[in-house]
Amino acid sequence: MTRLSTTFAAPHPALVCFITAGDGDTAANLDALVQGGADVIELGMPFTDPMADGPAIQAANIRALGKGTKTADVLQIATHFRTRHPDVPLVLMGYANPMVRRGPEWFADHAAKAGVDGVICVDLAPEEDEDLGPALRDKGIAPIRLATPTTDAKRLPMVLDKSQGFLYYVSVAGITGKQSAAVESIADNVNRIKQHTDLPVAVGFGVRTPEQAEAIARVADGVVVGSALVELVAEHGDNAPEHLRALTEKLANAVHSAR
Amino acid sequence: MTESKPNSFRNQPDDRGHFGHFGGRYVAETLMPLILDLEREYKAAKADPAFEAEFEDLLEHYVGRPSPLYFAPRITEEIGGAQIWFKRDELNHTGAHKINNCIGQILLAIRMGKTRIIAETGAGQHGVATATVCARFGLPCTIFMGATDVKRQQPNVFRMKLLGAEVVPVTSGRATLKDAMNEALRDWVANVHDTFYIIGTAAGPHPYPELVRDFQSVIGREARQQMLDRTGKLPDLLVAAIGGGSNAIGLFHPFLDDPEVKMLGVEAAGHGLDGDEHAASLAGGFPGILHGNKTYLLQDEDGQITEGHSISAGLDYPGIGPEHAWLKESGRVEYTYATDDEALDAFQLLCRTEGIIPALEPSHAIAAIVKRAREMPKDAIILANLCGRGDKDIFTVAEALGVEM
Repeated sequence: MTRLSTTFAAPHPALVCFITAGDGDTAANLDALVQGGADVIELGMPFTDPMADGPAIQAANIRALGKGTKTADVLQIATHFRTRHPDVPLVLMGYANPMVRRGPEWFADHAAKAGVDGVICVDLAPEEDEDLGPALRDKGIAPIRLATPTTDAKRLPMVLDKSQGFLYYVSVAGITGKQSAAVESIADNVNRIKQHTDLPVAVGFGVRTPEQAEAIARVADGVVVGSALVELVAEHGDNAPEHLRALTEKLANAVHSAR
Repeated sequence: MTESKPNSFRNQPDDRGHFGHFGGRYVAETLMPLILDLEREYKAAKADPAFEAEFEDLLEHYVGRPSPLYFAPRITEEIGGAQIWFKRDELNHTGAHKINNCIGQILLAIRMGKTRIIAETGAGQHGVATATVCARFGLPCTIFMGATDVKRQQPNVFRMKLLGAEVVPVTSGRATLKDAMNEALRDWVANVHDTFYIIGTAAGPHPYPELVRDFQSVIGREARQQMLDRTGKLPDLLVAAIGGGSNAIGLFHPFLDDPEVKMLGVEAAGHGLDGDEHAASLAGGFPGILHGNKTYLLQDEDGQITEGHSISAGLDYPGIGPEHAWLKESGRVEYTYATDDEALDAFQLLCRTEGIIPALEPSHAIAAIVKRAREMPKDAIILANLCGRGDKDIFTVAEALGVEM
């Protein structure tokens, strides 16, 4: 059992919480998410060109880079998180270029040493898996792939092949934090995906409120919330932890009691 | 690189869109099915004589092709070496080579049943060319342009609006070309069902580098035939400026398997390669992944993309088309660079000797020619692509020369 599989084996759906590394007091913010009840942490690696992200996470990337956040800092944040929270799964999310800059083996090795459980690489299509996938799997890190409303039945097996950890279902064709999808369409798509895989399916993009999270948790194994949390970091700066904890508690209660 | 020499330099990319280990399809999953559709549709279009006939017809009667091949006697004499010839793509409708590609892509968009066009633009040339073909075919058009560039390029912004395009100033990131491209990709991801993205250079996810190259290859095909008709031989050296590299690949590609023809791509070295103020991705960058393809990029040690600089807004992009990355590593094409100052000198030289005001982009190619022509015998032939005219640049040049207008 890995930390991810243990978490998704729990009787209730999982809450996955995203914030950007280097934005605000990241260690305190991460602790607040765990205290609030987050089951999985998704830590964003800042990138100059986050083309799948909406305004909230773009701004977080710029703030983090503006403070001089380096790849070494992201790995250190992960390392310290792992020391404080030995059992909470930690997933890095980001774009391919910073991950492969020093070679995929370097990245996989350092991420593994930092206690990272999975990696979501937004712009690494399954067709280009060899750029990063083999190195991650070799170090026991789950390459977590994304499926979207445009991923048709013909393509789905390729997306699922060599996916590990969980499948991230992007509920809208669009960027993070903008519009939300109808729950019915999410349910249909999650069911469609689950016919092809035993991997847990977590749903994200456009999930902002406990009500939305609860509705999605009824039909999925996990719910990802990002932009709404990142906006709290932007708004409250050093005071963000208490606000993050408060929202995470509401989200966690909603997700955990959904079914 | 130690890869063995290929039998042909003209059979790239492979079926996964790779030029050697460059190129590929590095996009968010939402876009992948569309990219695969586009690839299928492009293959079908290539095999369809009606598609080619319509493309050729528009190039002849709307764009004004073939563009002339011109022997430039006075600049040849002034430099005092090889004969200098220009492919006059600055005489195209809209004043640059960009329109060749836009015609091809809008025909593909229509073939795919797409009803809305988006594009990115830096200096505005590709935006104007896209707005032009959208007006011609009656499709709504949204152009993403960095807010910084919108301010610097007001005449082109007005041209796009006259042509019916909506111009969206992009304030994210650092509000320049690469941010405009990010924003176009974000729009595309949210509107894949009805929207076609006309990418302006031979970069982006497969099949864009291939199809942009193919549409621009009309430049090299015409030039090759014109040169044979006029001189009975092939040129000794081809020269073209490179930002993303679409005019250069369009000139080079039809000659790649002519071993006697040497080729020189000229990147923008801005204030020089010593600092960060340049846009020479091959000379000063490293392989990486951005905007859908693996290629040389200006980036720091963490893989963060750095801003290019060039006096020529059309060369001011931190990447380069993946086929150029491969041609560099395979050794088939030589790449060099010219600084802002060298390009400005070359700009004035062509104005003065030939009565042609070139754009600042090909002025970089001319700067390289000034150095090379001297070292070559008088019966040697240099053929350069004059890929754009300089009307758009006169304000920039005046400012650089300290002239008040």
